[in-house]
Amino acid sequence: MWCPGCGNGIVLGALLRAFEELGYENGDTVVVTGIGCWGKADDYLATCALHVTHGRALAFATGIKVYKPELNVVVLMGDGDGVTIGGNHFIHAARRNIDLTAVIVNNFNYGMTGGQVSATTGADRYTSTTPYGNPEREFDICALAGAAGANYAARETVFDGWQLQQRMKEGLTRKGFALVEAVSPCPTHFGRYNQIDGPDLLRRLREVAGDGLVCGLLIDRNAPDFNARYREVQAWAQKRNDRN
Amino acid sequence: MRRVRQLQREPRLIQGNLAMAEGALYAGYPITLSSEIASECARILPQSGGVYLQMEDEIASLAAVVGASLAGAKAFTATSGPGFSLMQENLGMAVMGEVPCVVIDVQRSGPATGLATKPAQSDIMQVRWGRHGDQAVIALSPSSAGECFCLMVQAFNLAERFRVPVVFAAEEIVAHMRENFVSPAPGEIEVVDRKAPQGPPGRCEPFARDAGAVAPVPAFGSGFVFHVSTSMHGPDGFSNNDPAVAAWKVERLHRKLDLHRDEIVMTREFYTDDAEVLFIAFGAVTRAARAAALEARKNGVKAGLLQLITIWPFPDREIAALAEKARTVVVPEMNYAGQAALEVRRILGPEKDIRRVNKYNGRIIAPRDVLAALDFPAK
Repeated sequence: MWCPGCGNGIVLGALLRAFEELGYENGDTVVVTGIGCWGKADDYLATCALHVTHGRALAFATGIKVYKPELNVVVLMGDGDGVTIGGNHFIHAARRNIDLTAVIVNNFNYGMTGGQVSATTGADRYTSTTPYGNPEREFDICALAGAAGANYAARETVFDGWQLQQRMKEGLTRKGFALVEAVSPCPTHFGRYNQIDGPDLLRRLREVAGDGLVCGLLIDRNAPDFNARYREVQAWAQKRNDRN
Repeated sequence: MRRVRQLQREPRLIQGNLAMAEGALYAGYPITLSSEIASECARILPQSGGVYLQMEDEIASLAAVVGASLAGAKAFTATSGPGFSLMQENLGMAVMGEVPCVVIDVQRSGPATGLATKPAQSDIMQVRWGRHGDQAVIALSPSSAGECFCLMVQAFNLAERFRVPVVFAAEEIVAHMRENFVSPAPGEIEVVDRKAPQGPPGRCEPFARDAGAVAPVPAFGSGFVFHVSTSMHGPDGFSNNDPAVAAWKVERLHRKLDLHRDEIVMTREFYTDDAEVLFIAFGAVTRAARAAALEARKNGVKAGLLQLITIWPFPDREIAALAEKARTVVVPEMNYAGQAALEVRRILGPEKDIRRVNKYNGRIIAPRDVLAALDFPAK
């Protein structure tokens, strides 16, 4: 269901292999997806899944995780969904350090709606809504997560599927908020508007990786996650109540 | 919660907002008119193992409520005017996913930021039609602190029974009023829990094939594997754009409520047996209308009152039955357009003598305002 040359299939494959290697069961794993090309991934999953409104996936996932901390809760979003319309939820999920794993496919534009500019489209890039070049600057998603307080952030391109899978395993097993950013080509829109064809776009991503787009493990902390902190609140509240 | 139980057989002074807070998981965002609910939940929920979650905005608050509900929680949020507007998107998601939850809207005077601390009943149509698309919710309106407590239990019961969001449309008056109240003993009010699927855990269809039925729904983490989607979907919850499936889904969202309308609609009557003048009111205005009915009777006018406890679905049959015997119907409400009066007009037809009493300046409707709609000599 994704375009030829799209990286979503590689990211989904890496995620499912990570689930398999970690021994996740369908019943104890909830995948929450937002809106967009990558947000359709839930329809290809056999785990529990919740497909929600545009930009809000992290907030839905937060509700699940605080009530059932034992579940593996994974959130799939694109760059438009996750850090443009959903930017506020993104920084607050990271700040709260809620134990979720967010897998953001960053293809530098809104793919499903026709290749519009997003918060990760680079300056001067062409999209269907920046026909004269993008006057705005882009977010660095991993840096944003780090500044907001996430325990883990890593970036890989879909050129390195195996490496992506390792990062997903790291993110899934890390307590607190973990972000895996998968840089992926959108040949149908971003590639076309910027006159880079499919395979070339992938090659170009590989080239820019390490230059403007640093790949690898970028944020690595072990601060207590929200549920651990809230258990302390509950214990304190119960003690206070018993005394009364 | 323990302190509450010790006191429960004694009358106690309780604020409407605090009565609503005694409900498992609360996710919200602070806003004037519902703030006490947040503070009370932050205090009491962790004592009993519950969770208080303060989210970054009202959009996220209702999202977290829906997520928690699907994980098995009885979850709710509370807000006022502007926050309720922000919640519309995910209220639609809760309707589509058939997710039980309760949203308290302590109505305030608007539009926009409006009179942030003053009451209104101007969200009646927004409660029903605030979201895009074909959808329906249940809405209740309390008229006292005691009703805030008891009807909140009913709100959760209806949400669980019909897998639908229930809007609890209070207003500033009831929310901030302090009244004596004897809490019911545990077990005194029936508590309904959503049905879970039977049999060994496995993949299940969370949506009923029969359009009027409410399917059992498991919780995430119960061993059952299921799929819930904001996009159009079939009984298995997976995206499906087939026209027949889309029609089935929209029909079932309505029919599951239409077919059980009598279980949902609650009204209360005062002095209606011989009423020639019928007041129709809801929320705090019920109190003014009741006083007005008594005053009218002192003046020889046989007035009665129908309190709409359920405001959506609108109590059309109850209104039609009582209005048939009445020569005049008066609908006092705290909004400009007569949002409830328009519904009453739709039910009773163009010929009926229906008089509107509207106040939209942030002040409460007083008994004299209601009486002013009648033709008897003023004293």
